[in-house]
Amino acid sequence: MTTQDNLTPDGSANPIETDYTIGQDNIQPRIGPFGLDIHNPVFVISGGLIILFVVLTLALPDQAASFFPALRDSLTGSFDWFFLLSGNIFVLVSLAIMVSPLGKVRLGGVDAKPDYSYAGWFAMLFAAGMGIGLMFFGVSEPISHFSSAIADGAGGPESWAPLAGAPGDAVEAERLGMAATIFHWGLHPWAIYAVVGLSLALFAYNKGLPLSVRSIFYPIFGERVWGWTGHVIDTLAVFATLFGLATSLGIGAEQANAGLEALFGLPVNDASKVLLILGITGLALISVIAGLDAGVKRLSEINIVLAALLLLFVIVFGGAVQILTGFFTNLVAYAQYLPALSNPFGREDANFSQGWTAFYWAWWISWSPFVGMFIARVSRGRTVREFVFCVLLIPSLVSVLWMTAFGGAAIDLVNQGYQAIVDAPLELKLFSMLETMPLAALTSFVGIVLVIVFFVTSSDSGSLVIDTITAGGKVDAPVSQRVFWASFEGLVAIALLLGGGLGALQAAAVSTGLPFAIVLLLGCVALVKGLMSEPRK
Amino acid sequence: MYSTIMVPVDLGHLDRLDKALTSAADLAKHYGAAVTLVGVTAAAPGAVAHNPAEYAGKLRGFADAFAAKHGVAVAAAAYTSHDPTRDLDKTLLAAAQEQGADLIVMASHVPGLPEHVFASHGGGVAAHAPVSVFVVR
Repeated sequence: MTTQDNLTPDGSANPIETDYTIGQDNIQPRIGPFGLDIHNPVFVISGGLIILFVVLTLALPDQAASFFPALRDSLTGSFDWFFLLSGNIFVLVSLAIMVSPLGKVRLGGVDAKPDYSYAGWFAMLFAAGMGIGLMFFGVSEPISHFSSAIADGAGGPESWAPLAGAPGDAVEAERLGMAATIFHWGLHPWAIYAVVGLSLALFAYNKGLPLSVRSIFYPIFGERVWGWTGHVIDTLAVFATLFGLATSLGIGAEQANAGLEALFGLPVNDASKVLLILGITGLALISVIAGLDAGVKRLSEINIVLAALLLLFVIVFGGAVQILTGFFTNLVAYAQYLPALSNPFGREDANFSQGWTAFYWAWWISWSPFVGMFIARVSRGRTVREFVFCVLLIPSLVSVLWMTAFGGAAIDLVNQGYQAIVDAPLELKLFSMLETMPLAALTSFVGIVLVIVFFVTSSDSGSLVIDTITAGGKVDAPVSQRVFWASFEGLVAIALLLGGGLGALQAAAVSTGLPFAIVLLLGCVALVKGLMSEPRK
Repeated sequence: MYSTIMVPVDLGHLDRLDKALTSAADLAKHYGAAVTLVGVTAAAPGAVAHNPAEYAGKLRGFADAFAAKHGVAVAAAAYTSHDPTRDLDKTLLAAAQEQGADLIVMASHVPGLPEHVFASHGGGVAAHAPVSVFVVR
């Protein structure tokens, strides 16, 4: 909260000279008793477009249901090579920055002190970045890849298997399935977050530009980032963040609903899901009102502790020795298959490389403004090397361990003839695996709580991010604005869930991935330029 | 009666501070007390300054001008908060203790409907500070 050496400067940095004053484009309207402080036109345009999108999707559900998935498929189908290539570039750029002398640059100036301890920092960045996906896909994705890789037609044109598959070979199919899953949850997604987070932190804390996505592009567009070029970039970022969150809220409500039905017999219907979304949004509201330290950080820490306990439980009862050796086996398999899996050209496994990998890359990229911005907000005082190490390498290793424990244990069960996991729908696969272990009722309940808390942590940090972008980079806008965004997310999710538009929404969110991939490649150039002009110590 | 009077200042809204600052200066002269101006900023760039160091410099400059104008001893202390929107009151209360303030003079607006849900900063500090608080409206 406070620093002892209040008047000590944070050492030399190399700020950018610009006449732009943060907040100069802001307007301060009063709505009833609530005073606002919002960026004009980013707040108005993004709010208006979102309402328009929801209304159109609800008014024309059939058209929306066919248009957006078709758009998504054509984007991931035609530009798969571009997504895969960009993903590889982000990994290489992050690693190169980490090992080069640029790694010595400190965010906030050479004498800046870290704002958060390692534990609090890591909890927040991990909970915001991945959280829920690990619950949803931890069991289901390894099982999917394993099943398609071991199947008879694996490697053929109809197959969804990664690479050539491993028909009939259980050992190799497991290695391949785990390598493919880890590929989607390892270095590549975290590199995307690292590039965005690092750029935002650098241009805000060292260069003195507003904490907003447009600032990254100052070295490329110059003063134009304060005009429409910047408005478009920021509006896209708000769009991707809100829709990404609303989609996740919808999916999360489905998984929590399915889990609660299995456990307590809560009926699976729209009313239950709406109640769940309202509950999740309510918790997120309490958290954003409590603030970054008392709400978001504390919740992230609770979240990580619960997730670690569940992981430990699965390791102990899923076969500790097997999982721990599996960790290294899978790491080797990941390294071995990485070149082939990440190859952008001449792929013969189109279903897998387009339907899974390119889709994931577009998905991670559409989440990157939100996660990157949140990571940037809490990373002041870290060196670039520390940043990349903790945002890229450690989370990747945690993902390997998580996938090994949940996926490996599930694949072992399938190999022993436990077919229920394969037959269970996606949202129930996790619970279906937990059923085979002791204390199933308790661990399933913890699983549901985790799904919900992970969503709350995404929702509250996402609201803070949207609030900051739509306030022109101000982090001290009135509290009523973050209340507005958190509630709005819940409402959008409910409207689209009832209108059957969640699939369309997900497709729309992913479709923002393509323009953003181009934006991020430009961002890499700006990042390296910006880092090279900083003093290193 | 008082030896250290703390005045929280928002460098972004100096126009709203005149009354509180003048009151503090008069009290300081009356009791022979020193004035400490306390400012709270986020680490991220804001409207007032691009970084905490620049903010501290501006606060110092403002304090010096204030001292020259009113002829009282003025200290300045800048604090950094992770989330000033919500943590301002907590930061100010900690500052009051750290600066050894025995009176806080603080500007606030006239309470309205929102104050039924969230206390204003002046109200929040007055509710929790162990020392006297003079809320100037």
